[in-house]
Amino acid sequence: MMEQSALFEYVLRMSDDSLILAQRLGEWCGHGPILEEDIALTNISLDLIGQAISLYDLAADLEGKGRNHDQLAYMRYEQEYKNVLLVEQPNGDFAMTMLRQFFFDAFRLPLYEALMQSPVEQLAAIAAKSVKETRYHLKHSSEWVIRMGDGTDESHKRAQDAIDHLWRYTHELFYVDAIDHALLADGKIPNMETIQAKWMTTVTSILQEATLEIPKNNWKFEGGREGRHSEHMGYLLADLQYMQRAYPNMEW
Amino acid sequence: MVREVDILKILNEVNDPEIPVLTVLDLGVIQQIYLQEQYWIIELTPTYSGCPAMQQIEVDILAKLTEKGITNAKVKHVLSPAWTTDWISVEGRQKLRLYGIAPPVNEPNKSVLFSDPPKVACPKCNSHDTKMVSLFGSTACKAHYQCNTCKEPFDYFKCLK
Repeated sequence: MMEQSALFEYVLRMSDDSLILAQRLGEWCGHGPILEEDIALTNISLDLIGQAISLYDLAADLEGKGRNHDQLAYMRYEQEYKNVLLVEQPNGDFAMTMLRQFFFDAFRLPLYEALMQSPVEQLAAIAAKSVKETRYHLKHSSEWVIRMGDGTDESHKRAQDAIDHLWRYTHELFYVDAIDHALLADGKIPNMETIQAKWMTTVTSILQEATLEIPKNNWKFEGGREGRHSEHMGYLLADLQYMQRAYPNMEW
Repeated sequence: MVREVDILKILNEVNDPEIPVLTVLDLGVIQQIYLQEQYWIIELTPTYSGCPAMQQIEVDILAKLTEKGITNAKVKHVLSPAWTTDWISVEGRQKLRLYGIAPPVNEPNKSVLFSDPPKVACPKCNSHDTKMVSLFGSTACKAHYQCNTCKEPFDYFKCLK
C-alpha cells in the first residue's frame, strides 16, 4: 500500500509537468512568431496533453479512489499540483519558451528511455509511446537553441538572457525525496543522478554549439514537487480550470 | 456464431475520421480481437498520444458493430507495443497516395540535428523534386510539402518509429 501511494505521487508529478507545460505552450496558439512555429508549439502541446492523459489515467488507477483524468487535471487546488517550477514559468519571448522547452525535453528523453525498463508495466508502456514523440521535441528545441545562440546578436542575447533567467529552475528537475528513494530501492524507477548526468551532457554540447554559456551563478529555486509554486501558477490554473470550475463535470 | 473474421470484416468498414480513405485496419491501430467473458474485446492503440481521433474511432467502431448486430463489444485502449507508421498496410499506403497524402518513408535518426528533410515523392505527379515547407502540418502526424515539378502543395505522413 505504501508503495502504491509512492508510485501514485511519482506518476502525478510527471503528469503535472506535462499538463502545465502543455498549457503554457497552448498560450502561443495564434501568437507564434511564424505560422510553422505556431503549429509546432501547439502540436508539441497536444503531445504533452496526450501523455498527461495516459499518466493521469495510471495515477487514478494507482490511487483507486475513483477519480478520473479530468478530475485530476482540473479539480485540484494549487498546492496539490506537483510540477516543477520550470514548466509554469511564463512564456516570455520565443527564446524563453524555447530554452524552457529545451531544458525540459533534455530531461524527459533520458527519463522516458530509462522508464521503458520499469517493471511497472503501464508506466513502461507510456514511456515507450512517449519516447518517440519526445525525440521529435528535443530535436526541434535543440535546433532552435543553436539557431538563436549562433544567430544574430539580438537572438544570441535573448537566448543567453533566457538561460540566465531559467537556469535557477533547472536543478529542481532532479529533485528526489523519500518517494523516489522508496521506488528506486524497489527498482521501479531509474536513478535520478544518471538522468541528470545525461541531461548535463546534452545541455553542455548543445549550448557549446550555440555559443551560449552556462551561468556561473548556482542559485537554486525549488518547491513545486511539494506543491509550493511561484506566483504565476495561480493565474495559469485560473485559465486552465475555468470551464470545470464554472460548469463542474461539464463534457464536450 | 460470430467469429473473429466477422469482426475484422466489419472493422474494415470503419474509417479514420481525419483520413477517411483509410480504414482502422489500414492504419494499423487494431492490435488484437478476442472473446472475454462473452464480450468481444477490440484492442485499439493510439497513433500519437494526443491524437484527438481516438475517441471518435472508438465511438465509430462500437456504432458499426451495433449496426451489424454485435452489441457485446468493448474497445480497450492499449499503449504497448507502441504504434509505428510501419504498421500502415501496403494498401493503406496506396490509398494515401491516391488521396493526395505522401505515405511515410524511412527518415534519418532524430538525434542528428539539422538533417535534410526526408526525400518524398509527390503523390500527384510522382516527381522526387519536392521541398518541405513545414515540419509541422495540418495534424500532429503530418508535415507540409510542395512539389517543385507540378507545384502541388501536399501533406506528408511523417515517419514515426
